[in-house]
Amino acid sequence: MQMPIPNADVISRKSQIVARLREVLPANAVIDDVAETRAYECDGLSAYRCPPLCAVLPASTEEVAAVLKICHDMDVPVVPRGSGTSLAGGAMPTADSVILGVAKLNDVLETDYNDRIIRVQTGRTNLSVTGAVEEDGFFYAPDPSSQLACAIAGNIAMNSGGAHCLKYGVTTNNLLGVTMVMLDGTILEIGGAHLDAGGLDLLGVICGSEGQLGVVTEATLRILHKPEGARPVLMGFDSSEVAGACVSDIIKAGVLPVAIEFMDRPCIEVCEAFAKAGYPMCEALLIVEVEGSDAEIDEQLAKIMTIAKTHNPVELREAKTADEAGRIWLGRKSAFGAMGQVNDYMCLDGTIPVSALPEVLRRIQELSKEFGLDVGNVFHAGDGNMHPLILYNANETGQLELCEAMGAEILKVCVEVGGCLTGEHGVGIEKRDLMLVQFDPVDLDAQMAIKDVFDPKWLLNPAKVFPLASSESRRAA
Amino acid sequence: MTPKNETEISEAIVSAEGPLRIVGGGTRPIGKPIVGEALSTAGLSGISLYEPGALTLVAQAGTPLNQIEAALDAENQRLAFEPMDHRALLGTSGDSTIGGVVAANVSGPRRIALGACRDFMLGVRFVDGAGQVIKNGGRVMKNVTGYDLVKLMSGSFGTLGVLTEVSLKVLPKPETTATLCIQDQSVAQAVAAMSAALGSPFEITGAAHVTDERKTLLRIEGFAKSIAYRTEQLQNLLKGFGAVDVVTDQNPWPDIANVTGFAGVTDDIWRISVRPSAAPAVVAALPAASRTMLDWGGGLIWATAPQGTDLRANLAAYKGHATLIRGTADVPTFHPEPAPLAAITAGLRAKFDPRGILNSGMMS
Repeated sequence: MQMPIPNADVISRKSQIVARLREVLPANAVIDDVAETRAYECDGLSAYRCPPLCAVLPASTEEVAAVLKICHDMDVPVVPRGSGTSLAGGAMPTADSVILGVAKLNDVLETDYNDRIIRVQTGRTNLSVTGAVEEDGFFYAPDPSSQLACAIAGNIAMNSGGAHCLKYGVTTNNLLGVTMVMLDGTILEIGGAHLDAGGLDLLGVICGSEGQLGVVTEATLRILHKPEGARPVLMGFDSSEVAGACVSDIIKAGVLPVAIEFMDRPCIEVCEAFAKAGYPMCEALLIVEVEGSDAEIDEQLAKIMTIAKTHNPVELREAKTADEAGRIWLGRKSAFGAMGQVNDYMCLDGTIPVSALPEVLRRIQELSKEFGLDVGNVFHAGDGNMHPLILYNANETGQLELCEAMGAEILKVCVEVGGCLTGEHGVGIEKRDLMLVQFDPVDLDAQMAIKDVFDPKWLLNPAKVFPLASSESRRAA
Repeated sequence: MTPKNETEISEAIVSAEGPLRIVGGGTRPIGKPIVGEALSTAGLSGISLYEPGALTLVAQAGTPLNQIEAALDAENQRLAFEPMDHRALLGTSGDSTIGGVVAANVSGPRRIALGACRDFMLGVRFVDGAGQVIKNGGRVMKNVTGYDLVKLMSGSFGTLGVLTEVSLKVLPKPETTATLCIQDQSVAQAVAAMSAALGSPFEITGAAHVTDERKTLLRIEGFAKSIAYRTEQLQNLLKGFGAVDVVTDQNPWPDIANVTGFAGVTDDIWRISVRPSAAPAVVAALPAASRTMLDWGGGLIWATAPQGTDLRANLAAYKGHATLIRGTADVPTFHPEPAPLAAITAGLRAKFDPRGILNSGMMS
């Protein structure tokens, strides 16, 4: 993975930069010891590592503003970091950058059930947002699978999704307001507890901007009352085409499940060996979950099962109890872990139109043969967000590069059929150099023009999202 | 000018010697009249792609909304954000276009539960002020590839570019709809009742209060058995607020969405966005002559005000914003922004429309 050559001038000024940062932060909030900075050398894309110049852990919006102002004035790149769970390298440092971690910003600032909002500092983890309101029956809907660890700051930066976004939407649909600090230290208040922020939709463009426009320190999030219950049905099919047709028919029938998850045979086999969830051995498996009262769930599942039967499923299993529901989810929820036990893997994240599912699965199989690497598919079928898992051996020279090359080919297929490179993980460094597969230069210029306005010096997370050649003139300016 | 395609729109913008006024269906002349030669999107019409099984529709920006609604209706689907029809309120005629809906981020009562127009937007194509054709987003439901200009363009009122194509998520129509009504409520009682309902697990998709009639309306949608169940549950939950009746005679929601109660009034019309719990205090702070109607559980307040009144002066204590939808008041149409946000807005306009020719002054 190519990264820009670190700015030697910045590196040579390390002691002055650290000294300035120590003027505005407590001593223990500035980490410049080389061994200690290693804790920040990578994120969830752990194949790529680089210790930062230093790391800072501010404890307030004002401290974040003071840090950014210093970096602005001293021309030091800043890489914001939530919990460091990005699978795309969004929080990966460069040797000339200050890591700005928001981990100390983890308070709940306000909870209001009448307005159905919670305001939190953004270092708080996704799951602990729900944790703050669940005793009162509420929850925060976006549920990325890293939700135990990932921070709201990172969720906003990447516009994170989750398994339940078919019904509840992704982060951008559940974000009402932010406090954001720009690189020059300006503190912006956008939106709040009211439903639309007014003016241009800056909230919409900040969400998903991968930490390149500012550092979001506080967020007002929409919370919802928990449904009375939820139950899944499991169905197995002879082919992925039939499974895809079944998904389409369910959606067309007017049932809106909260989740529709898909697994193919390689994935079923590995998960079954690992979790022993009692999955049928077949070509394609769907888990469809609906919500409501018991009677409402029964009614919806009956409709779904009627549709499924028209597609001659090899297995159709309705969860009648919480225990049965748990068993249906067991294999799916352990899919990534199960794959990891068997092999090293790379998880892709392209989205495709649901109608293109059979074609894309077929072409992934062809690529699998061509590259000689196995692929398992597990993904959110309702919204077309695929997660092909390419298996490889990290200890064998050249395998990572082969795996990345194959991943790139799969993502090109996703774009070719009308989809996109990334549905919920973000571009980061991982998909940066594929951006011109999906966009024309003029499209990327329009996006980069937005960064020009928020961060004219291009110091915030500058080596991400855009191909280095595309952003070079701006980064050098 | 009525260009026939995206290329001609680009040419028209490049060759424009002065300001342009972008025209869709002309049903929403919100704010001050814009100076400039009319640039119509009527030549860009038609649904380019509709996949009911993928809940996706792509249409040219000038496509009449009624054409899109008819196509969706044939598949028993709909635009779930329930775009408001401004014609009665603003005394306009003609056919609204999908591009106009998106440019103004027009949403209705269901916004409280399912989101605004911008939440259903999947992709855009547009021509910026330099004539460049730009695409963003796409036609899939989950897409975080690059910055989200789709949201930025939604509600930008043509000030950043001329939309040429929009891609939308659509949803199935429910089997059944029911409306519950609580009579003789004050605004404070209404907001409390609506908050209780919206904070329940019973999936309210409309929560409005018609202040003149002192009545509160709640909507639920879904399968028939579920509606019966939720009706009973809500009647039980809300019994402390008075009798909760099922409305059977007519569907009140188009009148709520379209604010037809204020059609024909000569007063100015304001649209105020606040946190729902602030609504009673905000209503109390309005001029004595103001009439109001609450949507979004109190989060959206429609208010009349005597001609020329600057309602914002009454609302300084409350977070949110007020838009002058129709009127004579000599104030900006859109709520003035704090200086740092105004600077960003101006910076973005300068990037996307360097000559300042697209709906110039519309949002300032």
